[in-house]
Amino acid sequence: MAIIKVCGVETEYGIQMLGVPDPNPITASSLLVNAYLSLISKKVGWDFVDESPMVDARGFTRDFQLAPEVETHLINTVLSNGARYYVDHAHPEYSSPECYTPREALLYDKAGEEVLRRSMESAERFLGPGQSVVVYKNNSDRKGNSYGCHENYMMDRAVPFGKIVSQVMPFFVTRQIFTGAGKVGTEMAYLPKDQVPFQISQRADFFEEEVGLETTLKRPIVNTRDEPHADASRFRRLHVILGDANMSEYSTFLKVGTTAIVLSMIEDGFLDGQEITLETPVPSLRAVSYDLTLKRPIPMADGRGATALEIQGRYLEAAKEYAAAGGLASLGDEAEGKEILRLWEEVLSDLEVDPMRLADKLDWVAKYRLVSGYRERHGATWDDPRLAAIDLQFHDIRKGKSLFYRLGQERLLADEEIEIAVSEPPRRTRAYFRGKCLAKYASSVAAANWDSMIFDLGEDPLRRVPMMDPLRGTADHVDELITSCDTAAELLRALGS
Amino acid sequence: MAEREMVRKTSTSRSTETVEEESKSAPTEKSEKLKAELDDLLDEIDEVLEDNAEEFVRNYVQKGGQ
Repeated sequence: MAIIKVCGVETEYGIQMLGVPDPNPITASSLLVNAYLSLISKKVGWDFVDESPMVDARGFTRDFQLAPEVETHLINTVLSNGARYYVDHAHPEYSSPECYTPREALLYDKAGEEVLRRSMESAERFLGPGQSVVVYKNNSDRKGNSYGCHENYMMDRAVPFGKIVSQVMPFFVTRQIFTGAGKVGTEMAYLPKDQVPFQISQRADFFEEEVGLETTLKRPIVNTRDEPHADASRFRRLHVILGDANMSEYSTFLKVGTTAIVLSMIEDGFLDGQEITLETPVPSLRAVSYDLTLKRPIPMADGRGATALEIQGRYLEAAKEYAAAGGLASLGDEAEGKEILRLWEEVLSDLEVDPMRLADKLDWVAKYRLVSGYRERHGATWDDPRLAAIDLQFHDIRKGKSLFYRLGQERLLADEEIEIAVSEPPRRTRAYFRGKCLAKYASSVAAANWDSMIFDLGEDPLRRVPMMDPLRGTADHVDELITSCDTAAELLRALGS
Repeated sequence: MAEREMVRKTSTSRSTETVEEESKSAPTEKSEKLKAELDDLLDEIDEVLEDNAEEFVRNYVQKGGQ
């Protein structure tokens, strides 16, 4: 049986500083993270030395003004919901905690968006009049610079990596028809601008390889980073870098949900013998993104062609058989797995009839409909900067400014649960132990990481608690223990470490 | 568990009289609702949209990331 698909989403946000001469993106990103830290009552940092002025809101303003070039590794913190919030490549990045089901991954992704929103509001206090930092949840500046939204899935180490690559490739190339966030135009320099007025994916323009280790250059469709953050003899973490950052709850839920199902099928050998092979995955990734009709076939290795919808349909059919054979337990919640299958089928069938049916559910469809409506009303041509502005502002995370939020899309989550997820960790993974330790014993936590916690009890040496299994350290395992231990010293004694 | 229930906050109110009725009327009802929402946003979009679209788009420059 496939193992539980522990999963998570990490997002690099776009930022813009307004009213600041010579804005520096690293400074702006650091400002956001620190502004958030100053908001939450307890210091839940990691890698911060107590004397550092950066952790102190009072010292922070001065530090910001005098030394805008802060060391990025200093801005690296972990939150009581188990997430990591830091500065990476001149962007603020939020990595969700390890989640037990795809819906939980959606919930903690949206909680991350809320963290960024609060950071932005808090940052105003450190800025002068007329200055602000605005955050965008997108993947491109429309000038050839891209930043990512990565997913992570736990897999059994016993599955050969080559098999994962070959069986997941056609799925990855085609899933954008429901996960794409949409983009006005293309950033491929060699293409005439009018050839691609609008495309399905934000990211398709930036992929150059089928398989590889890179994430910032020559990006590959399947990333080979082998950093499990867990027991490497048992687990693999599949690091998926080709997805778009989604505003739509449906797009994120389907993205993580369908991918988790496909990876489970691969792990169980369910796709063996019924492989589909694309002739040219990289050009096909773009071809799918550029084809708003969803009708043009992409070439297959057997000499025939198939549309993205047909290829997705084949994965869906396999998934339905897999579900009937009891395969969805690895989704963490079988009822949720069935809901994913139902939505997957509904979305594929709506896309086939008319993608506009999904204008209240999927990002790319909603954005396309909005820019098309604007064009018609104002007689604007595709190169009108107002359409590009709509494209960017769709992803503004401020609810009053965001065109996504102004459209009033269908939802899967309630605001109340997002509010809770901003501070409470998932209950069914090791994120629970991390988050609760930070909430309760913050002053004794010297460092935290995905696979360990390091405690400073005021005496040498520092004490390290390894967390090599993402499914240990859950509420069921440690809730009673943490409730009964008033101090970190008691906790460590009880853990026998 | 309640938390696992899918919550649809803004879903259209659908006819529940008969299944047949629903399958016929729902898409029309839905597309009308979608159109009305889009029209509302298009009516007010110029107030929401950044003042100088050209400058806004030009100034939105990011460092490449992952």
